[in-house]
Amino acid sequence: MIGLGKTGFFDRLKKGLEKTRKVLFTDIDDLILGEKKIDQALFDELEEALIRADVGPVFTMELMDRIRDQVKRKELDRADLLRKVLKDTMTAILKGCEAPLVIPPAGTFTIMVVGVNGTGKTTTIGKLAHQFRNEGLTVLVAAADTFRAAAIEQLEVWARRAAVPVIRQKINADPAAVVFDALQSAKAGATRVVLVDTAGRLHTKVNLMEELKKMRRVMAREIEGAPHEVLLVMDATTGQNGIAQAKMFKEEAGVTGICLTKLDGTAKGGVILRIAGELRIPIRYIGVGESLEDLRPFRAEEFVEALFARDGE
Amino acid sequence: MFENLTEKLEGIFKKLKGRGRLDEENIQNALREIRMALLEADVNFRVVKDFVEEIRVRAVGQEVMDSLTPGQQVVKIVHDRLVELMGGESAQLRFGSRIPAPIMLVGLQGCGKTTTAVKLARFLIRQGKRVSLVSADVYRPAAMEQLEVLGSGIGAGVIKAAPGTDPVTICLQAVEEARSRGYEVLIMDTAGRLHIDEAMMEELRRIKEKVRPAEILFVADAMTGQEAVNVAVRFNEVLGIDGVIMTKMDGDARGGAALSLKAVMGKPIKFVGVGEKVDALEVFHPERMASRILGMGDILSLVEKAQAAVDEKAARDLERKIRKNEFTLEDFRDQLMQIRKMGSLQDILSMIPGLGKMRGLKDMMPDEGELIKVKAIIDSMTKQERRDYLIIDGERRKRIARGSGTTVQDVNRLLKSYGEMRKLMKKMTTKEGIKALKRGHIRF
Repeated sequence: MIGLGKTGFFDRLKKGLEKTRKVLFTDIDDLILGEKKIDQALFDELEEALIRADVGPVFTMELMDRIRDQVKRKELDRADLLRKVLKDTMTAILKGCEAPLVIPPAGTFTIMVVGVNGTGKTTTIGKLAHQFRNEGLTVLVAAADTFRAAAIEQLEVWARRAAVPVIRQKINADPAAVVFDALQSAKAGATRVVLVDTAGRLHTKVNLMEELKKMRRVMAREIEGAPHEVLLVMDATTGQNGIAQAKMFKEEAGVTGICLTKLDGTAKGGVILRIAGELRIPIRYIGVGESLEDLRPFRAEEFVEALFARDGE
Repeated sequence: MFENLTEKLEGIFKKLKGRGRLDEENIQNALREIRMALLEADVNFRVVKDFVEEIRVRAVGQEVMDSLTPGQQVVKIVHDRLVELMGGESAQLRFGSRIPAPIMLVGLQGCGKTTTAVKLARFLIRQGKRVSLVSADVYRPAAMEQLEVLGSGIGAGVIKAAPGTDPVTICLQAVEEARSRGYEVLIMDTAGRLHIDEAMMEELRRIKEKVRPAEILFVADAMTGQEAVNVAVRFNEVLGIDGVIMTKMDGDARGGAALSLKAVMGKPIKFVGVGEKVDALEVFHPERMASRILGMGDILSLVEKAQAAVDEKAARDLERKIRKNEFTLEDFRDQLMQIRKMGSLQDILSMIPGLGKMRGLKDMMPDEGELIKVKAIIDSMTKQERRDYLIIDGERRKRIARGSGTTVQDVNRLLKSYGEMRKLMKKMTTKEGIKALKRGHIRF
């Protein structure tokens, strides 16, 4: 057997959550490590933890400067509190973006799912469809990724697992036309939730971003206020490019929420902190695995706990 | 691809160049900026630490202090070290002596293995090899269909597995089938998996043990952050990878992972994926990448692209036509299509030194859609019209616009620019014109 000393982020997430419940706001490892002095080594250690979690150098320096100021002003003189203050600061930033998706009690709610290639859009749609179905809502998915080979087939498998219908056309069809069909069908059947799968696209490709705008226009014509949610699916292993992704998709496609996927690996997805701080896009869900149930609402506290948890903890 | 880092470092060195000499303090500033830039580019934390330390040691010494242009000196030190970090020279694929040579692609979910498998197959087919593909991804829905559709589109042999076959058997059987069908190379696409998923990593290890691939390539997304190294190191521990392919380099990710992976594992980056089309795969050149990072442009890549795309005979024909003033609308269309073959205009322009820095470039970029429009307009003309554009009157313009789904204004604009181009070519073929061209006096 291959030895493995590493734990997935999700495991840490679960443990982090347990820990938060158990000890509330006293952090156990801070108590153990409480003998430490406030010195350069401690600052370095915290800085490294943030950077390795992909929080990014600029944001990390900002956070650290805040703490350093507090120490300078003698507001903070215990090493064991340093980590807690840092966590609290980060939690406060994320708390502002902790906003679960709420489906209104009536009408058709349309969700357009966007993102760069390979972040898990189709998988996320499968999970969302499953979740809404369990809540007793009628769901329809639109196979508007008409570009990637076999993307439609992939979505169909997920839809079958979640037991929801798919509206599709042929590969290379106009995605806006697929969306049109789907919304027509949703209106006719009074479907409560429509999930639109779109092709992965790099945010730098101008013409592909235009295509999203066109889909938006078609949706708005068919159902008032549509798309009601534009969900950006982002891979937690993404580094600082995540900020460019979020920015461009927000500007060009009108993103209203984020789903951070692949948190069952060891990536910590720290770039989301910078996205929350700078762009204030609501963070809806986290993806933590490959089965239908592996989608959870985003929680700021457990996320920050997991971000600081050490491997194997 | 590395524009943003380029901008940053140029900014730093502009500050350095502004001073007569370096002192400890402004080296300190430069180092801090280099560190921030590299971290912002997602270069691994440890790699950055070592890198900056090394630059410090080299820079604070006499090398820089005594030189006349300290800024340039630091650029050179950084550049050289970047080249060292990224591999020193480009690394070729090794096929070994067995037929077929099995090449195995591994990596996380969504890093682009399937697309890369097809691109690599096409790359090798272009080199004259007989290439087959097999998907051992029994997990992701429609993964096998995806490979089949893409693979058959490029003329590779796609080997299909019977439903219910396990990945190890799929690969073993594919080797046999590829051998009996006379393929020289078998590219094995595996399912994406987490490096901490023991069972799935074990599956890869068993495929390796049974098939003994000539090359195991780790596919890495250029957008990956600090995790890149942890993931690659784990795959390397389990499998002993031979090299790396960086994907999604056509975005604006700074791709610091490219720097980190080689530095940490000692395994070369062999190829980079630069677009969604099947031909968007390039050999990785560390020198060029380092130059690019430092704002020196990537002229060599551009030249290679142009050479691959432009048929030499066609080019000679064209030259003759221009001389004889026989440049028709058909030639005009072919020219535009050649430009498209070289890749998107954005890609091409970004390789030209200096242009990468221009922030406004995106807005003034001619749309790919424009090119398609122009092609549609010319395709909607009769042969006669294409040869003699002067006969295209108002009625014909209306018909062409209808036929191509454009407007009469579009047609007018096209004919106008074609007319101007002809005039320009005529000028260029006279003695005076050539002189003017040499002096740079011809205005476009």
